[in-house]
Order: sequence, then C-alpha cells, then structure tokens
Amino acid sequence: MSQINRIDGGQIDRTQTLKFNFNAKTYTGHPGDTLASALLANGVRLMGRSFKYHRPRGPLTAGSEEPNALVELRGGARAEPNTRATTIELYNGLWARSQNHLGPLGLDVMAVNDLFSDFLSAGFYYKTFMWPAAFWEKLYEPVIRRAAGLGALSGKADPDTYDKGYLHCDLLVIGAGPSGLMAARTAARAGAQVILTDEDFRMGGRLNSETLEIGEQTGADWAADTVAELAAQPNVRLMPRTTSIGAFDHGIYGAVERVSDHLHRPEDGKPRQILWRIYTRQTILCAGATERPIAFRNNDRPGIMLGSAVRSYVNRFGAAPARQIAVFTNSDDGHKTAQDLHAKGIRVAGVIDIRKDAPRSDAYDVFAGSKVTDSKGRLGLRRIEVERADGTRHWIDCGALAVSGGWNPNVHLTCHQRGRPQWNESLAAFVPGGVLPPGLSVAGAANGVMSTAGALRSGAAAACTALSLKAMPDLPEAEDAPLSITPFWHVAGKGRAWLDQQNDVTVKDVKLSHQEGYRSVEHLKRYTTLGMATDQGKTSNVGGLAILAELAGKSIPDVGTTIFRPPYTPTAIGVFAGRSRGKAFKPTRKTPSHIWAEEQGAVFVEAGNWLRAQWFPRAGETHWRQSVDREVQATRGSVGVCDVTTLGKIDVQGSDAAAFLNKVYCNGFAKLPVGRTRYGLMLREDGIAMDDGTAARLAEDHFVVTTTTANAVSVYRHMEFVRQCLFPDMDVQLISTTESWAQFAVAGPNARKVLQKIVDPSCDISNDAFPFMACAEITLCGGLRGRLFRISFSGELAYEIAVPTRYGDALIRRIMEVGAPYDITPYGTEALGVMRIEKGHAAGNELNGTTTALNLGLGRMVSQTKDSIGTVLSRREGLNAPDALRQVGLRPLDPKDKVPAGAHLMAATGPVDAAHDQGYVTSACYSPTLGHHIALAFLKNGAERLGETLRLVSPLTGVETHVEVVSPHFFDPQGDRLRA
Amino acid sequence: MHSLPPQTALGAQSAQQDVIGTLSLTEVPDVAIASVAARKGHEAACAKTLQKLLGATPPGPGEMTGTTPYAAIWMAQDQWLLCAPLHSHEDIASLLKEEFGADASITEQTDGWACFDISGAAMHDMFERLCPAPVRSMQTGHATRTTIHHIGCYLMCQDGAFRVMAPRSSAGSLYHALIEAARSVS
Repeated sequence: MSQINRIDGGQIDRTQTLKFNFNAKTYTGHPGDTLASALLANGVRLMGRSFKYHRPRGPLTAGSEEPNALVELRGGARAEPNTRATTIELYNGLWARSQNHLGPLGLDVMAVNDLFSDFLSAGFYYKTFMWPAAFWEKLYEPVIRRAAGLGALSGKADPDTYDKGYLHCDLLVIGAGPSGLMAARTAARAGAQVILTDEDFRMGGRLNSETLEIGEQTGADWAADTVAELAAQPNVRLMPRTTSIGAFDHGIYGAVERVSDHLHRPEDGKPRQILWRIYTRQTILCAGATERPIAFRNNDRPGIMLGSAVRSYVNRFGAAPARQIAVFTNSDDGHKTAQDLHAKGIRVAGVIDIRKDAPRSDAYDVFAGSKVTDSKGRLGLRRIEVERADGTRHWIDCGALAVSGGWNPNVHLTCHQRGRPQWNESLAAFVPGGVLPPGLSVAGAANGVMSTAGALRSGAAAACTALSLKAMPDLPEAEDAPLSITPFWHVAGKGRAWLDQQNDVTVKDVKLSHQEGYRSVEHLKRYTTLGMATDQGKTSNVGGLAILAELAGKSIPDVGTTIFRPPYTPTAIGVFAGRSRGKAFKPTRKTPSHIWAEEQGAVFVEAGNWLRAQWFPRAGETHWRQSVDREVQATRGSVGVCDVTTLGKIDVQGSDAAAFLNKVYCNGFAKLPVGRTRYGLMLREDGIAMDDGTAARLAEDHFVVTTTTANAVSVYRHMEFVRQCLFPDMDVQLISTTESWAQFAVAGPNARKVLQKIVDPSCDISNDAFPFMACAEITLCGGLRGRLFRISFSGELAYEIAVPTRYGDALIRRIMEVGAPYDITPYGTEALGVMRIEKGHAAGNELNGTTTALNLGLGRMVSQTKDSIGTVLSRREGLNAPDALRQVGLRPLDPKDKVPAGAHLMAATGPVDAAHDQGYVTSACYSPTLGHHIALAFLKNGAERLGETLRLVSPLTGVETHVEVVSPHFFDPQGDRLRA
Repeated sequence: MHSLPPQTALGAQSAQQDVIGTLSLTEVPDVAIASVAARKGHEAACAKTLQKLLGATPPGPGEMTGTTPYAAIWMAQDQWLLCAPLHSHEDIASLLKEEFGADASITEQTDGWACFDISGAAMHDMFERLCPAPVRSMQTGHATRTTIHHIGCYLMCQDGAFRVMAPRSSAGSLYHALIEAARSVS
C-alpha cells in the first residue's frame, strides 16, 4: 500500500521514486515533494504531538508558517530538531521522526497532560510552582523542561560547514510569486542588477498551488517561463531555497540559502547553508500572504488544515490530504478550494460558509450561514459537527477540513526597523504602513493586493518606481476579482478552540489572560506564549489580537501588534557562525619563530590573536614551574633568547616627529639624541596611564615606537587620532611596522658575546660604543639589514635584534647555534613575566586602566615643563591624594607561602572587609632568583610603608597570609647588570 | 651576501601553489613593498615624483596603478603603498628615499604583508564568500581595503585576477579561509 492518496497532476517528477523513512517506516515519494506532501500522499496525517498537551497533530499549512508538523530531520550528529515537514524537500534516503512524545507517536504517554488541561491553562506554571523556592531549580524546572518543549539537540558537533557571503545589487526582490516575478522581470529587462530570492525550492509562489491562468497559460507555466527567462539573463541572480531573514541598516538584507538541505549530505567541501549579506540600493518585498484559520472546538486534529494548504497539496503536489474533504470559510477562498477538489475528483463533503449569501454549487453541498462547531477523530479527523443557520446541528464525515479565515500579508520585513503595520478594514488584516526601511517598497499580496492581476501590476509598478523607469511593461491578463471577506475569528462555545497550535494556546487562554489583567498585547504574548517559538505566530497572532480586542471592546488596530524581529523563519546557529568555529574561530597570528618553537615543543599561549611560546619544556620536566625556573636561571646565569616580535612597532616620521612624541608621551622626547632609545609612558586624556614602551630615534625625523603586545592596535589608533584630529598641522606620518620585523630579545650576562657572533664586525656593539639604551641600524650575518636596540625588560644586559620578518626563522636558528657554547636558552612569556616582576616593571596587570603614573611609581616622569596628553588631568586632586595607591613589592613572611594575584591587603589585625581595604596584588610569581614567591601590589601610600607587615587575604579562595612590604625592585635595584 | 635563508609567509622555503577546480591560488613572495606618505606641505612634489615613477597619475581612493617596476595602491590621503619585484628592489625603502628625498616619509613594508594571487572562472564566487567588497564590479585597477575572516586585507583586481594582501602573521589563517572558500565554490 503506497501513496494511497496520490492523485493526478502537480509539479512532481513521477519518473523518479524516492524512498524515505518516517518513524522507522519506509515510504515513497517523488522529486518535488515535501516531506509533508509525501506523507499525506501515503495517507499519513499524524506527524507530531503538540507542545504542552501532547495532542496529535498534522500539518496545518504547506509552507514555512507551519506550527504543527515539526520533525527531527536526519539522525546522528546531523540531526536537526523542529524542522517543518512542510518545507523539507524530499530526497532519497531522507530520515525523519516525530518529536515530543513518550512511546510511539500514536500512543504518547504524555498525552495524559491533555486530561488535566483545566489545570494547565495559561499562567499555570507561574501560579503553581511558586514555592518552595528551593524546589524550582532542582525539581520543577527539570520536570517541566522534560515534559514540555519541542525537539532535542543531538549534543554532537555539527559535521557540516556553513558559509557566509556578500552580494551586491541594484534591486533585491524578495519572493518569487506573481508580483516578485513581475518585478524582477521588469527590472531585468531594464538592465538592472537583480537578485530574486525565494524560500521555496520552486519559484512561483501561489501560482504553483492555484489553478488560475495568466494570459493563455496556467499560472504555474507562466511562472516557469518567467523563471527561465530570468535565469538566462546575466544581470539576474535567482536564489531559490533562500529565505530573506531580515531587513537591516543601510540597505542590507540577510538571507539564508539552503545549499545542501535537499541532499542526503553536502558534497565534499560544500556548505550546508550560506548566510548572505545582500547590499542593495532598492528592495521590493513580494513575500505574499499567509492564510489564517478559524478557531472552533477541537480544530487541531490531523486533517484540519488551511484551505490554501489543501490546494497546494492537491494542485502542486498531487497529494490529497483525504478522499473526502469539507471546507469551512468566511470568504470566496473556500469555494475556490471546493472547486479545485471537485475538479480533482475528490469528494467535497460540504462547504460550510459563515456568510448567509454564500455562493451555491450544483456539485456539492453549501451550508450558508453555518459554522463548524466540533470535530472527532483521535489520531486524525473523522467527522465534523456543523451548526446550520437555523441552529440545527449535524455531523459530516470527512478526512480533512479546509479552513479559510482570510489572509495576513507577510509584513514582517517592513517592520524590522520598528515600523508598525496598519489595519486594513476591507481585508481585515494588517498591511505595511508607516515608515518602511529606506529603499524598501512592497508589492502584491504582501501589500494587501490580493488578486493575481493586481499582484502582477503592483510588482511591475514597484520595479518601475524603484528604478525610475518611465514606461510600465505590458501585463498579461489574469483574474482580478476583489477579495470578499466577512471577518470571523472563532466559533463561540464550549470546549477548547485552538488559536496557536504550536504553543497550545486556546481562545479560553486569551480570555483568562485578559481576565487576570494581562491586557496589553505584549503581556498576552508572555503570559500565554501566543505567537512564540518556531512559527512566531504566523497563523495565530491576528486571531489572538481579534479575541483580545473583542474582550477589551477595542478595535484590532487599537490592540496593536507585538514587535516583528529578524529572523523571519528559524535560522540555524551554525549559519551565523559560518566558518568561524573550533580552531578557525578567529584568525591566529604566528610569530616568525613559530615553526622553530613548535620543533622545540613549546607550549603556546594566546596573547591578543598571537600565539606566543609560554615556556619550552625539556625532557624530565613534569611541571611548568620547572621549565620556567630553569629558563629564568639560565638567562640570568648566562644568556636567553625570546621572540618579542609581537610588541607593537609604529614607524613615526616627519619633521615634527619629535614634537609629536612629546605630545603623546608624558615624558620628554624632543631632546632624545639620534641613536638612543627612551622609555616612555602614554597617558589618556583623563590622566590615567594608557600604555608604556620605548621610542628609538633612528634619525632626526624618524622614530620607532614600541607598544605592549595587547595595546598595539589601540595605541596606533590613539596616535592616528592625535595626528589627524588634535595636531593636524604637524608634519608627522605614522604606519605600523609590527609585522615587518622579526625581533628577538637576547638577554643575560653573555648576550653581547652571542650577538658579536651575529652582528657584522663593522658594527661595534661594545659597552662603550653601544651603551644601555643605544639603538642603530646595523647589518648582520654578512650584510643583512637589521636593527639593534639595547633595551632590557629582564634587567639583564640585553638587546633586541630585528631583521625583516622572512629571516626571523633563520635568525633564531643562527642565534641558537652561535649561542650554544653559552648554553643559550629560549624563554617564553612566563619567564619573561617572572623576570619583569623581579625587576618591578609594570605590564598589563599594572596598566589596568585605573592607574596613574603616580600609582605606578612613575609620577616624576610626567613632565611639568611641557604640555602632553593627560598631563593636566593627571594633576587632579583625586588622583594625587596623600594615601594614593603606590606600587610596592610584597614578600611572604613564611617563604613557603604564595602571594596570589587578585588578593587584597588588610592591616595585620582587624576586620577584613572592603572598608578596610589597603590595596591589591596585581602580579605574582615564584622567583627562582630569590627562592620564594614575590608579588607586585598597589598599596595605599605604599612608598612610605616599606617594611610594614600586612595581611593578604582572598576570601574567595580562602587565602590569608602575612606579607612584608618591600621595594618593587626585587632584583638588582641599581640596574648594574643591564649597564654591564 | 648574507647567510640567512628567507622563509615564506606560510613558513616554507618556496611559494605555496594550489589548484582547486578552475581556481588557481599562488602565494607571491617576490614583492617588495614600501609606504610613501607625503610630508606636510610637500604633497604636490610627492605626487609629482610618484607620477614620474609610475608613468601615470597616482591612484586615488579605491584604485591602484599596476605599472612596472612600481605599482601603487592608494592607502590614505597622500599616502600609497608601492610594490616592486623583490628580486630587483629588495631595498625598496632606500631606493624610494632617493627618489622622494624630503618630500615623503618612506617605510619598508615588504615583510608586513603576505600576498596571494587568485585567478580562475570561479574567482568572483570565491570572493563573494570571503569579503564584503563588490567583487563582481571590480575591474583592473580597482583596489580596496576589506576584511577576510576578520583579517584586514587589501583586495586588488589586476588583469583578470585578484590579489590579496594580508598581515603576514595571519597568513596561515588567511590561506585556510581562501582554500575553504575555493573548495566551497568549486
């Protein structure tokens, strides 16, 4: 028994048969089917269970607005929950299962909830699980979460990739129904660059689902011909399977293209989906309209669906929802459904029209002035109860009911920039209104133009307006009947009439919300969950508003709508991430010695986007401290080498270069001689320290400024701001050269001996010729251009040597080679940190955005004889209080104790609280040189408190230890070693 | 002649080359680069020298001039990146300093950038997946700043091919992004 409800016609390819699996059962379908249409063709109406009451549900729609038929698509790591069966394009081997049930779909144990529905009404959880509070997190929430909800994630990493992309066009047309196709055709023929997107895999919109005619052709044929014409145009990009998810600023639209969702799995290297950012001058929204249901008792049974969906299944997919179908309508739309069904040979069990003047038919019964009051059928519709105009009731057998309650224009994208739609009385629906996103116009049903001829006309007109075309194109003939609708939202009476089938919200729930004071439409939404979740109330919102309006005695526009936000339909998080995941989450910057460091087994740490060697473990070392201690001792004992390429380097040139640096640094630079380097401190405008570094004067009009690794970009940005905005008259030019030079620190008593084997003999680097803080452009290794700076972060005799980056790898290998007799040791950022703490040098921990030069013990560096950025505000009273924080060193009284960073200083006795806080530790380490832990800290009036004993506390980590305040210069305070 | 061997931006001895479908990706290490920024008050003189070197009007915003030996890319107001073959212009900064004298500040940028050439029928499709630049409307002589995988780049169009220049330290990440995009569209 296969495809028992397959009927003739439709746009499916019957020459091919596809096998698929739903709930462990194999079925067949054809290319062109959706999962929902194929299941209906196979006689399967039950596709899922509802969110709250676990009611049996089938598809309500045939499109992306579907609230009910949500399935888990694909198994394993590719599983995708909450996928709409109505939009899943059938492919061979498709695997799907229904979700949100315990036991088989037909016998869901959780359906017991339905029996207690009187208790589970709106606000149930808020009212019931109030107390005891302790029960909420551990008991109530897990139980509720387990019982409710939709599908579940696989918990596995998604094996597929997602791309992002960027497109540009003159005109973006969203939606390829009659208005969209006509707009695109008009623009394409005028030579504009056009992008046409449609969420469906077959362009044409309703033309594919209706039996109407355009010119001499069927609507579907006209659509196919028009698509073919557009496809042949080089200036047109057709994007089927592409949902425009949002209208963003400056003519930017987001669109998700489902590249591989219709395949068993993506081709090698190909993405599953692409998130496009479309830059367009003009946009025409041709998103069509969504039909809405009428609520009545038990209107949620599988088989009860929208009239437009029934026509789609029958006309487009050749799949009958049932062999006997009734129609319930408040407009002529329902009669269109009945005529189509009759033409297809499907028995029309009756047309129930609420209008007394409903059109008559010879082919089937029309019950004018009647309504559907109830339905039966546990797992699928079997019969409906009809109340005739005279009040009599009777039951009609049918396997499906096509409900037509009117149409809601898809205004969503017109509201993404806070626009509010306007109420149109004749359509009884919201239409685009007010302020639209700039460059956006709306055509066709999305703009409330409900006839085919109107859609074609408005699409062409919108294109002409958008592109300033003078002549309207010739338009083919098409039906142009006005929409005749009698607003009708729900059938009053007992029992539960479902408004929002996705969230199990009934008419009664809306009434309860109103009764309990949740009368604003925004409150209604939150209290009842109406319009939430994957369908965002596309079929339910307006019905909810209508009932709220009725209760409040207001008009629907007075009740208003909730806010429309992107994305238009559910969008996979993966497509937002694109290729930025795992190791490729962000770009990585590698130092010139990276490959060499990897060969040495270096452990790397991220600093900014850089990967820097943190330490270089050696055989037998089992703890990072062993490696770091060894590196420090080897450097202080003989010589070490460290890649310092990551420090920012900014080339400053121009006749005003020195004057410029005098402005950006708080200390003086004007008199720095050529061939010398100076330590400099930059202040922010507010007097707080921003960054420190050195500036080397290579010529009268040429400096190289170094910054910390972390602040390389922000300092450069700051300097550009100063150059362009504060001192535009200065002759100064800036450019970053961080990447251009590979730079290595060679430090230790034997540093000079090592470098003398590298630097060419013509360059004298003896202590006399090249003293501490000297700099020069040199040659090395037989003529390679390089730069040498005698600067020291470690406190040792030290140099930084720079070569063009492409030689960095060769240079580190050469330094290691010539340094071997001195046991030269590479050291990483940890040893670098230990040595600078031993020397009391400030780093990022101390330059933390709250500290001043005074705090850092560098108060005297702020020149009072010139005006530089931050000088004036650094004099603020509050920054110069007598008990201002000052940088000090700390040593533990018990040498075994640690002095952890982040701990706070308190008096040796007395309370431990914020009111008695004396300061805090910024940097801490074990000093292998001193043999105990040390720390740098900021202490109130610290400079005057050397020798004091304080308590160091960290209530969070349970630390309480006694420390002595000492000079921050733990090692070689006179600096004899670095001048050696 | 010094004794240190150079390394490419991708950390190899020779340039990386890949062919993916119709697309050809080639790392281009043979490029010497320097920035030329006019000194204050010397803008006209700087532009004049530049014109002499290029044999063409200096490029404006969004443009490059692909002459030989020097090609120029507009960087900022009165500032350009000049490129020349590395094998003949290794010391490009000194060479340009001689040309411009006191009219411009010259800064060597050769090793600041990793350079890749991409050509082939699908190259527009590829760059549409990589950067927001309007790649389909770019013609020979167009050059723009853009971002690829969060990396600030220059994208240039020259003789039916694209050239990307990105900060050298990010060459590996850029290369990864280029290859993935090439596979995606091939």
